[in-house]
Amino acid sequence: MAGLATTFGSGAMTNSINEIEQAQVILAVGTNTTEAHPQVARRMLDAVDRGAKLIVIDPRRTRLAECATLHLAIRPGSDIALLNGMMRIILDENLHDDLFIEMRTENFLALRDMLYRVDLAEVEVETGVPRDRIASAARLYARAQKAVICYCLGITQHICGTDNVQSIANLAMLTGHVEKEWTGVDPLRGQNNVQGACDMGALPSVYPSYQPVADPTFRRKFEQAWGVTLPEQPGLTLLDMTHSGGQGAIRGMYIMGENPMLSDPDATKVEATLRGLDFLAVSDLFLTETAQLAHVVFPAASFAEKTGTVTNSERRVQLIRQVIPPLGETWPDSDTIMALAARLGYPMPYESQAEVMEEIALLTPIYSGIFHDRLETGWGLQWPCWGREHPGTPFLHKYYFTRGKGHFVPAQPIPASELPDDDFPLLLNTGRVYHQYHTGTMSRQCPTLTREADRALLQLNPADAKGLAIRQGEMVRLTSRRGSIELAASLTEEVTAGSVYTTFHFHEAPINRLTTAAADPKAKCPEYKICAVRVEKVSP
Amino acid sequence: MREVLTTCVYCGCGCGVYLREEGGRVVGATASRNHPVSRGNLCVKGWHLHEFIHDPARLTTPLLRKNGTLTPVSWDEALDYTTAALGRLKADHGPDSLGVLASAKCTNEENYLLQKFTRAVLGTNNIDHCARL
Repeated sequence: MAGLATTFGSGAMTNSINEIEQAQVILAVGTNTTEAHPQVARRMLDAVDRGAKLIVIDPRRTRLAECATLHLAIRPGSDIALLNGMMRIILDENLHDDLFIEMRTENFLALRDMLYRVDLAEVEVETGVPRDRIASAARLYARAQKAVICYCLGITQHICGTDNVQSIANLAMLTGHVEKEWTGVDPLRGQNNVQGACDMGALPSVYPSYQPVADPTFRRKFEQAWGVTLPEQPGLTLLDMTHSGGQGAIRGMYIMGENPMLSDPDATKVEATLRGLDFLAVSDLFLTETAQLAHVVFPAASFAEKTGTVTNSERRVQLIRQVIPPLGETWPDSDTIMALAARLGYPMPYESQAEVMEEIALLTPIYSGIFHDRLETGWGLQWPCWGREHPGTPFLHKYYFTRGKGHFVPAQPIPASELPDDDFPLLLNTGRVYHQYHTGTMSRQCPTLTREADRALLQLNPADAKGLAIRQGEMVRLTSRRGSIELAASLTEEVTAGSVYTTFHFHEAPINRLTTAAADPKAKCPEYKICAVRVEKVSP
Repeated sequence: MREVLTTCVYCGCGCGVYLREEGGRVVGATASRNHPVSRGNLCVKGWHLHEFIHDPARLTTPLLRKNGTLTPVSWDEALDYTTAALGRLKADHGPDSLGVLASAKCTNEENYLLQKFTRAVLGTNNIDHCARL
């Protein structure tokens, strides 16, 4: 999100999900949409049925790629080179939007000068995509009246994630594909409330609504509202906290509904850190791998047992409604937090979640018109929502960007943190499958989902498998510099030779013991999508 | 039988779902036909959204580690132990020795309260969640 915040001023989908089906050209970059965002994929495929052109940029031949007008199977990590190549062609063929660049953006000359130094022959080598296919993609996207770019973690989970996002924003601004309905840049959010957790300031450097903690004006605002003195220094990010090795600055942690033991990279280090803590409290529905290490475990009520709001990928704030009372002695997490606060001498006596939302509306400008009573009817409200009468905002950046003018940030290709060598000759990519979800805490308890997908599979190209004498379904050992796991091989052309792919849903094959914690320096997003590995037969 | 309109908890699409309740149990999930995202359709995870709710593996009581083993205790005991431990670490090592992970699976209200708790009560900005994962 750091990328879009710098260029546009808001790190969120500029459009609504339904707008995607009206686009003439859809550019899907680093998103396995049919598996991870089925409803968005449905809009894309509906659009294709109606004649829209779908361009997929992905190293894997995903189901979406099979439906594409044009699939650019790039070498992993070469997104910036490809996007710069597309922009160079757009510039050379005069397909850019002069008026938009002049009226709505700044710093174009820096981008132009950088693009004039891009060598298209080099781009072809770096990306592995023939020049004429790059040119076709550039022309299709630039010439469309209504064009959206959808991207996901295939873009952000790289050491150059922020630069990747900025390159996407550059492409959209260069062609003027931002300010309209059915036209924009849409990062797809992987969890039901990632957007909301960010909006609410569950981040080390900002209060709710992205108001920086380091800025004394905002700090005073929250000090007055909460009646306390607040810390001035931005805090540690998740990776800093979970990878300090147990002897770091963090001595005690409270983890609400997360499972870093499976979800965080280089998980052996996570385990050492959590085991080394003086105190760990975890709140969750199930005894997760993380909860098993805790000193105290709080049983949490599920979404069916509590009320509150969540914010989806298109910034739509919606209610979840209580259906049954909390099971057993479970509590909604809000009750646990309030009980802890009261015991520590700072009572937070809210009578309802609606009352919490009133305080959020007072302190969070983009939510200032969002109240539970307004959400009771209709289908939620899309932020920014500036007041009780404001209808919400289906698409962003009409007439002006959140930050004023869109800011071009030229980006140069950056090599991955780990490249294949003789010992670790293959590139590992990780992601999700349709039938499971994240670390499986919820989805693996669903019998129907488990029937469909109950174990981790390593996707391996048949050419690589042949060289290693590995047969379909055989158990293999997958090893990186950080760890080793065993899982079954699935031979498929979905991955190109030299690459393997698997998921992080299964604790029996904890793939994040292998991934690297090398992270983008600005967004601190780890490079889950590339690390060097080797595959061996498990000897009988 | 009763149907309650709510929002799916899996991905960021945010489908409108009716949960079906019978005799105090959630027994089914169906798509809202008019919700702008779901429009009568759900993915396989959404259609089976209710299956984990009553799973026997659900935690139903607080646990406290005693002699190395997680043991069922009362809420009071778990909360008292937690606040004593957090208070002691804060006094001995300063507020920045504490870290909090919020959740992209919890509500806005819970995330708001947790960051307020972290900043105003614990006295640190060490709060993050898995937005980047």
